[in-house]
Amino acid sequence: MKPPAFHYHDPRTVSDVVALLAECENAKLLAGGQSLMPMLNMRYVLPDDVIDLNKVDALSFLRKAGGVLEVGAMTRQRELEYSDSVARSCPLMREAILNVGHRQTRNRGTLAGSLCHLDPSAELVSVATAMGAIVHVAGPKGERKLDFADFPFGYMMPSIEADELVTQVDFPCWPAGHGFSFVEFARRHGDFAIASVAVLLEKDDGGTIKRAALALGGVAPVPVLMREVEEILVGQPAGEDLFRAAGEVCRKVEAVEDANAPSAYRQHLAAVLCRRALTIADVRMSKIPKLGNHA
Amino acid sequence: MSETRSISLKVDGKSFDADVETRFTLADFLRQQLGLTGTHLGCEHGVCGACTVLMDGRSVRSCLMLAVQADGHDITTIAGIAPNSDELHPLQQAFRNHHALQCGYCTPGILTTLVELLGDNPDPSDDEIRNAISGNLCRCTGYQPIITATQEAARKMRELRGGAS
Repeated sequence: MKPPAFHYHDPRTVSDVVALLAECENAKLLAGGQSLMPMLNMRYVLPDDVIDLNKVDALSFLRKAGGVLEVGAMTRQRELEYSDSVARSCPLMREAILNVGHRQTRNRGTLAGSLCHLDPSAELVSVATAMGAIVHVAGPKGERKLDFADFPFGYMMPSIEADELVTQVDFPCWPAGHGFSFVEFARRHGDFAIASVAVLLEKDDGGTIKRAALALGGVAPVPVLMREVEEILVGQPAGEDLFRAAGEVCRKVEAVEDANAPSAYRQHLAAVLCRRALTIADVRMSKIPKLGNHA
Repeated sequence: MSETRSISLKVDGKSFDADVETRFTLADFLRQQLGLTGTHLGCEHGVCGACTVLMDGRSVRSCLMLAVQADGHDITTIAGIAPNSDELHPLQQAFRNHHALQCGYCTPGILTTLVELLGDNPDPSDDEIRNAISGNLCRCTGYQPIITATQEAARKMRELRGGAS
């Protein structure tokens, strides 16, 4: 297994990348390479040109701006894992990232590499879905932003053009003291999840859920933001029966079937994991004082 | 369409200048061009972890990197972790003491990964060790002796550093 021959480019700036994308008819962007390199080794993809983003320094950053965590496209998953800022302001991402591949792949793998590969089981894809991330895209016509809800076009296919690249992703953070949970079921640690659930919850002073977001990963061809679950939860006091009802909504999602699991099993997992994730998020929300941090 | 580039890098403390085909993986470059066959290739698509090396101290799968991407970087393979040619690294010695390898095929990847782990975390729990090597497949030993050996090596390294154990 060896990669096919290709022309290799290692531009230093975003505008150089955009210029190369405009020039090259059949190009692939190389981010962390933890998905593209296996695909090249197995010759699933046969690009004429490979554009390596690893020397575009401007794409690698992590900063908190107001209530938003702004992350550069090429920021390594390891940096997200070890960042105090992520652990404090975006605990859902921190919990999810521990399930992303392995130490060695997180050392290379990048945020936007994972988002653009758009595997429906990918943990960061679920986090971006639940948090309503905003994706910055650069192309020949300049820059544009799109909501992550509009980012998946289809199975493993982001809705960006062949001459565009993702430069930055914004994660609007939830207020301190919110509940969060990421749970997944995989055959082995680090494997692709058969199903996963990412949850965010916020209660008012009276204990009523005032805000909720839940993303289902691995179940459908694209990650699903469960607005119906949100509607069930908001305005209700948190509790076992409510979470069970939310799980039953997840069971109705049209699920894919493959060698790992039949669709009915994925639906079962969706219901169980939804209930578990909500229960964990609720406990965390109750225990964390309003102005405390999550350290 | 065979395209090559000149690269300069350090491998196990030695500097190398080479012309490399741009499609060559770092693993193939190390093995075929530099003749450093200590780095083993198992699956060649990032699943088995056998080919793990350290780049600037961080564990990476050398089958999932192009050799050109290592230009200007410092690579450590299994052949570079021992302090000198007469002495083993504490992890290597502990693996020997505890029979933490049988066929040895996966061992270079496990050792390089554990060198990084013990650098980050000199006193890991069994779970943390398991987690760190979850990306390394071993089909002989069943992992338990690997955990035992790693704990012993960690203890030894803490002593060597003069820290409390």
